[in-house]
Amino acid sequence: MIEARHLTRRYGSTVAVDALSFDVRPGSVTGFLGPNGSGKSTTMRLILGLDRCDAGQVRVGGRRYRDLRWPLREVGALLEARAFHPGRSARSHLAALAASNAIPRARVDEVLDLVGLTSAAGRRAGKFSLGMGQRLGVAAALLGDPAVLLLDEPVNGLDPEGVRWIRDLLKSLAAQGRTVFVSSHLISEMALTAERLVVIGRGRLLADTTVAELSAGSPSLEDAFFRLTSEAVEYQGNQAKETAS
Amino acid sequence: MTTTTEARVPNGHYGLAQAARMEWIKLRSLRSTWWTLLVTVAGTVGIGVAVGLNTRSAAGDVTNNALAGVVPGLLLTGVLGVLTMTSEYTSGTIRATVAAVPRRPLLLAAKAAVFGAVTLIVGEVASFIAFFAVGATLRDGVAAPTLGQPGVLRAVAVTGAGFCLIGLLGLGLGAIIRHSAAAVGVLVAGVYVAAQFIGFIAHGVASYMPILIVENSLSTTKPVTCGTDGAACPDFLSAWAGLGVLSLYAVIALTVGGWLLAQRDA
Repeated sequence: MIEARHLTRRYGSTVAVDALSFDVRPGSVTGFLGPNGSGKSTTMRLILGLDRCDAGQVRVGGRRYRDLRWPLREVGALLEARAFHPGRSARSHLAALAASNAIPRARVDEVLDLVGLTSAAGRRAGKFSLGMGQRLGVAAALLGDPAVLLLDEPVNGLDPEGVRWIRDLLKSLAAQGRTVFVSSHLISEMALTAERLVVIGRGRLLADTTVAELSAGSPSLEDAFFRLTSEAVEYQGNQAKETAS
Repeated sequence: MTTTTEARVPNGHYGLAQAARMEWIKLRSLRSTWWTLLVTVAGTVGIGVAVGLNTRSAAGDVTNNALAGVVPGLLLTGVLGVLTMTSEYTSGTIRATVAAVPRRPLLLAAKAAVFGAVTLIVGEVASFIAFFAVGATLRDGVAAPTLGQPGVLRAVAVTGAGFCLIGLLGLGLGAIIRHSAAAVGVLVAGVYVAAQFIGFIAHGVASYMPILIVENSLSTTKPVTCGTDGAACPDFLSAWAGLGVLSLYAVIALTVGGWLLAQRDA
């Protein structure tokens, strides 16, 4: 369970996240949609306590992230950019994270196997392709077997097989009763993966709904999304969105 | 995978021990760590032996000459300290690290404990090897100092600790500045260059410059004094006072670094 209440973050005069309130419930995949620059990544960082919020608060499992007793056993996160040292092997990276939360060493090999990196585990992670880097990020997120998972653009850089693998993985994690919150700008992918949606634009909440409800009355989820965000698009190519409607 | 219940999360909470274990794995799993430490020891010993071979009489402080390689050697530990922190920002590892250990001052304390312990051991190894290597390679007619002579054991041991303290100063600067090149620049400027300038301009302050503390307080059997001509060069701190001042610098850098780490976005 993730509970955001009036979450606000400014960078200088820009309001990146503006009094955002939503709940992410366990048992289903919740997609986090919004145009580029709408504040998705910032919101993810606020949930994890990486950035400070200027107002409001966000709780994960009833606590602020900072107050979690074993953070990696309670929340697993995959962030947009790479979060590992290029000179360190995948196995050492995961072993270090496991040690920080007293996660048994055997779990490292388990998650490496789960994401299909066992044969590359001893290699320097700097040599990894984008897709392998994403898999390492997923392995780190699953390391503590957490009840809450946050994934920022998890299918970035994955091949079609990898995209399907992520989709099935997220669904199975949600089916086990976990809270799964996934940001993406790929609406078609969200239509296949998510049951619930949180849609934001310019840092504000536009919809907190189900995929079925949002797409009702529109030819596709994509059309519904454009209708919803047409007023709140920060960066837009000329005429680009006209052709969609 | 097990089912999702709160009961899966064990009692207690993470602390310094877990954070330190993570930092130890991170430090030892980078090849550059071991290369840097190896070169530190080799450089310290090699320069010491070269200076020892050029020592023509035992009238001066032969121990101080044997430890002459410490000054360049320290630079490597200082830079390694900087990079231990800044490489987390360069690579993005800091986000994974802070997500794993959200109490950031505790995180920096763990880093400092692990890095401090490693550089203390390496520093002592470098100091003692340099001392004995020089003792074995001195010219005929120059008597090798022994650890039993007054102040010699202290000079060698305290110099080893100097590696650790300059390393921790680097770690603190890395946490404050976050950018590798800038932090290395500040470290080198602060430790090496400033000492030269201030040594000329303000004699009274020169004895508090990190590198002059190492050269003239830590690595000597007795602090360098200028006798009656006090205006021309400063009296240097005693070995213990020098050690205290260096420790204070490291503590200040780490305290400011820990505070900033907690305030800023990761």
